[in-house]
Amino acid sequence: MSISKSDVERVARLARIGIEPHEAERYSIDLSNILTLVEQMNKIDTEGIQPMAHPQDITLRLRDDEVKEVNKRDKFQAIAPAVNQGLYLVPKVID
Amino acid sequence: MTRWESVIGLEVHVQLQTQSKIFSGASTHYGAEPNTQACAVDIALPGILPVMNRTAVQMAATFGLATGATINHRSVFARKNYFYPDLPKGYQISQYEIPIVSGGQINIGEGDTLRKIRITRAHLEEDAGKSQHDGLGKMSGIDLNRAGTPLLEVVSEPDMRSPAEAIAYLRKIHSLVRYLKICDGNMQEGSFRCDANISIRVEGDSELGIRTELKNLNSFRFIERALNHEIQRQIDLIEDGGQVVQETRLYDSDRDQTRPMRGKEEAHDYRYFPDPDLPPLVIEDAEVEYLRASLPELPDARCDRFIDTYQLRKSDAQQLTADRGIADYFEETVREAGGNSKIATNWVTGDLMAALNRDSLPIEQSRVSPISLGKLICRINDQSISGKIAKDIFSDLWDNGGDVDQIIEARGLKQMSDSVELEQIVEKILSKFSEQADQVRQGQEKVLGFLVGQVMKETGGKANPKAVNEILSRKLSP
Repeated sequence: MSISKSDVERVARLARIGIEPHEAERYSIDLSNILTLVEQMNKIDTEGIQPMAHPQDITLRLRDDEVKEVNKRDKFQAIAPAVNQGLYLVPKVID
Repeated sequence: MTRWESVIGLEVHVQLQTQSKIFSGASTHYGAEPNTQACAVDIALPGILPVMNRTAVQMAATFGLATGATINHRSVFARKNYFYPDLPKGYQISQYEIPIVSGGQINIGEGDTLRKIRITRAHLEEDAGKSQHDGLGKMSGIDLNRAGTPLLEVVSEPDMRSPAEAIAYLRKIHSLVRYLKICDGNMQEGSFRCDANISIRVEGDSELGIRTELKNLNSFRFIERALNHEIQRQIDLIEDGGQVVQETRLYDSDRDQTRPMRGKEEAHDYRYFPDPDLPPLVIEDAEVEYLRASLPELPDARCDRFIDTYQLRKSDAQQLTADRGIADYFEETVREAGGNSKIATNWVTGDLMAALNRDSLPIEQSRVSPISLGKLICRINDQSISGKIAKDIFSDLWDNGGDVDQIIEARGLKQMSDSVELEQIVEKILSKFSEQADQVRQGQEKVLGFLVGQVMKETGGKANPKAVNEILSRKLSP
């Protein structure tokens, strides 16, 4: 399976990763090679095998429902590019 | 003319009422100053790791058990990737391939109109933050207090055939989550939200039409209006030779119309994959059985019991059991009122509900306690006061608080049953209205009511109308 240059550009846009036009060519080759490997793995008969959701054979640890965090807004907002009235500011986005 | 049928499926977002967030120890309390309840996990600082809240898991499983669903022994958290500033990680942690709850059912209507609405699944996920677009110039403001609040998304099959059925289903779910105490159901605060998938087809067709998704539905009234509006839009479109386009539309309640969301064509490529930070969630059988044994009496069962135990009409029983708080209030009132369920029903569905609605109070904040209301009913029952005076006292209790007996005593409202005193008043009225008295003696019984009214007026409503009637009838009998 091959990934075209426009596929690369689309995925990059979805992931908000900036790539130069000349890089798209190289990524399309690299990603196509990875998919070729995946295709190879797809040929293996996995009938009756439970899909693996996590590489380690462990289950989710649960915690009790208790509020343990305190307000650290000042510390967090000291490293934010822009804040106003307690809000983090970002370039305007509208649906 | 073609007969159209609408097909509706709903996605309900139920905010679980935990103390802390689904993956962090920050508070979920509503209404705090912006970003004061958003910890390092919620704002996605590098190096953070999510740790799952046990109570959220139990609440989700409880919902599944109450709807007859399967609780999956093993479920998996996945990353749903999209970019929006109120989602600082760039992905929402949700469940995709294996949710915690599969299947389930909600019954709506009854008898011939009974409909079984299938639930496809219910999965756990985290809520996003909130954006504010106004008043900040060229910037948007982000409040991440809500980020990480646990949600249970309940997805139905496209089993509803009208907006009315959709509302009935929603009300059932709303009532259920409040009974289970897993959600406060507050739609204004966004604790209970809904998206709808809608399509139309010619009645009798088995294929589904192309659907649109409606978002932004945050009150029962708007949901019904938005659905009606969208169905009509689709019918008009098709009858004019057009085609429905699969898209997401927003309902604008001010204009009562829906419009497509802009620039989201690619937003649906969420590139889900299992979240490496979270190994599979396993819930043991013993835990499920414990939760099953802890289920409260559910609304449908409680409704049937109310009809049996209190001899209520079905409509009254439904009204009283739709909300767990009101059902609890009613039962406590009946206990205090010495079992007088009939008068209690009238008061709870009448004056109490009217007062709560007027002051926009939930039952938990009723200004008259069930103990007071029960006592008031006892005083009506033992004929200390008339029903009319009781309404007066109820208003007084509502506005100023206090004790029923003390109010009766202090305001001198005790019903006059002392027949000597009453007889004197009756005599006085009979001499004042001798003409009317004669009419009654001549058989014009309707005039008796006028005389009873005059006696009541004379006593400021304190006379026992039954006693007045008896005395008058005796004195005027030919």
